[in-house]
Amino acid sequence: MKIIACVKQVPGTSEVEIDPVTGAMKRDTVAGKLNPYDLFSLETALSLAEQTNGTVRTLSMGPPQAAAALKETLWMGAESAVLLSDRKFGGADVAATSLALSYGIREMGDYDLILCGKQTTDGDTAQVGPELAEKLGIEHAANVTKVLDVTDHDITVEIDLDDAVEVLKMHLPCLLTVNKDANTPRLPSYVKKREMDGKEEIRVITFADIKNADENKLGLKGSPTQVERIFPPDKNKEKEMLRGDKEQLSGELYRILSERKFV
Amino acid sequence: MGIKIHEELVTAESAEALVSLCPFGAIEYNDGKLSINSGCKNCKMCVRKGPAGVMTWEEETVKAIDKSLWKGIAVFAEERRGKIHPVTLELIGKAKELAAVIDHPVYAFLIGSAQDALAEELLHYGVDKVFVYDDPALAHFTISPYTAAFYDFIEKVKPSSILVGATNLGRSLAPRVAARAGTGLTADCTVLKMKENTDLVQIRPAFGGNIMAQIVTPNTRPQFCTVRYKIFSAPERNAETSGEIVRMAVTEEMLKSGTEVLEIREKPQEIDISEAETIVAFGRGLQKESDMEMVKELADLLGAQVACTRPVIEKGWLGPKKQIGLSGRTVKPKLIIAIGISGSVQFAAGMKGSDFIVAINEDPNAGVFDIAHLGLVGDLYEIVPALIEKIKEGRHV
Repeated sequence: MKIIACVKQVPGTSEVEIDPVTGAMKRDTVAGKLNPYDLFSLETALSLAEQTNGTVRTLSMGPPQAAAALKETLWMGAESAVLLSDRKFGGADVAATSLALSYGIREMGDYDLILCGKQTTDGDTAQVGPELAEKLGIEHAANVTKVLDVTDHDITVEIDLDDAVEVLKMHLPCLLTVNKDANTPRLPSYVKKREMDGKEEIRVITFADIKNADENKLGLKGSPTQVERIFPPDKNKEKEMLRGDKEQLSGELYRILSERKFV
Repeated sequence: MGIKIHEELVTAESAEALVSLCPFGAIEYNDGKLSINSGCKNCKMCVRKGPAGVMTWEEETVKAIDKSLWKGIAVFAEERRGKIHPVTLELIGKAKELAAVIDHPVYAFLIGSAQDALAEELLHYGVDKVFVYDDPALAHFTISPYTAAFYDFIEKVKPSSILVGATNLGRSLAPRVAARAGTGLTADCTVLKMKENTDLVQIRPAFGGNIMAQIVTPNTRPQFCTVRYKIFSAPERNAETSGEIVRMAVTEEMLKSGTEVLEIREKPQEIDISEAETIVAFGRGLQKESDMEMVKELADLLGAQVACTRPVIEKGWLGPKKQIGLSGRTVKPKLIIAIGISGSVQFAAGMKGSDFIVAINEDPNAGVFDIAHLGLVGDLYEIVPALIEKIKEGRHV
């Protein structure tokens, strides 16, 4: 089975803050890392490849530094890795990102299965997987918790529908987004890392490499949504202490719980 | 469109300032040449805060669409085993507010099987039209037929904005439809406002909630967003119905699917406390085992999970899966009520990430009050039963 796993490099921490006085974003110096959610989809990909005598290739879009995240996928056992990197892809929203990824997959050739993490820790939308499936014209299922069976033609999975579990049999090729904690991800192999010794090959695809790419639908220009402004949230963490008799206390607590829609 | 560098104004000094200003490390200065790499997120920090005039924002004139061709605020009505998911009603409430600003109608649409009663029910909440895609083959959620029906609704009705509940189903379906319609989609909005020109202002937390982003879809329709459950308020149910039900044709073409549903099982009600959205936790302040009934009653009324501190586990009143703290589970609910808990450092470490922490304790100096957002100083044996009574009374109204 030929599998492509899509991954993303995310900031090392989500603790990005805006200075409320100057309005400047405080830059975080912690280096980027592989999106934690992608570890579970990678593990699913690698174990499926082992079961079926198949292969895993990884794909990411991002600045040149994002190659570091792809190297990690090679140490985990991916066969090869592709980085889509071009300023023309920059500033992309979900729509433009999924289009660029679909171009990347087209350049990578045949596949049976695309795997994505459920979401990323920075964008946090969980939307790229389903949009990518639409751009590729294949079926998808989100929130996969388990792969039950796989044949040459289809794959049977369990998905989480909040208060129910659905068991789906899907024709290949298809795209799955894998839930957190669906498995125990393997660690990058130290032996592989040492063998590769910094000579990992990451194929870089730029805008110019893609045949018939529609520039007007990529990057910032091709993004239907636009960020008008960013601002710090209200820090409403003020502490309130209540004293009084049981009627006053329970009454006030009831009022606050109702206001916050807990009752 | 994008950020433009004005080479003639670049000096070593201004370049260095810009390199260190960019929060994404996307500005490079090499061999006297300033450039922007693909890490640029177009946050415009360099334009607004950098040396004047070196970086400017260039707008591109695009052909404006005719927004008047798109009318109505539509809500995707999600069905859960014969019932309307409550997030649907909350979205209808918000849709009515948004529609009032621009004098648009409010629509709801249902996709499923045998939906008559549900459609009728929606007419009690003040929608102008309920569109129904009803077919036995739509009884269970599969992505292709649901996407096809949803997209058919967009093509035929042309709503200006669409709101979808950010359930697992909604979060799988909405992006698929947005991609087909070639429009944008904003996830997990917490604030929605309407501009006079029908542009929907969508505000959502970004970067782990430390920054709010205000997002618009200025030149594409429909505008499209998802909203989590319990963000907005459901409108009152009217005794009378108003509006009309419109039946939409379901074609063979729409029902084509490469996915087959083999089985659906309901999940067991009990969930791990680390996943719980509401928790009622108790500690040593509770005097005897039978008093747990009172705590359980409160938890049931709030739809909450019961949890406890380590001493309770040691007494054997509850199993270890219910323990919060360093040696137990870490929880991050939207609400936690800590009853009779002194608040050790170990306990606090397992729950201080909770959105709203209420503590009830007799001792005004209890450590738990340092981490609580709302502290009640008093006897739990008085406050908890009184609160239970008030919640029950509230239900009867």
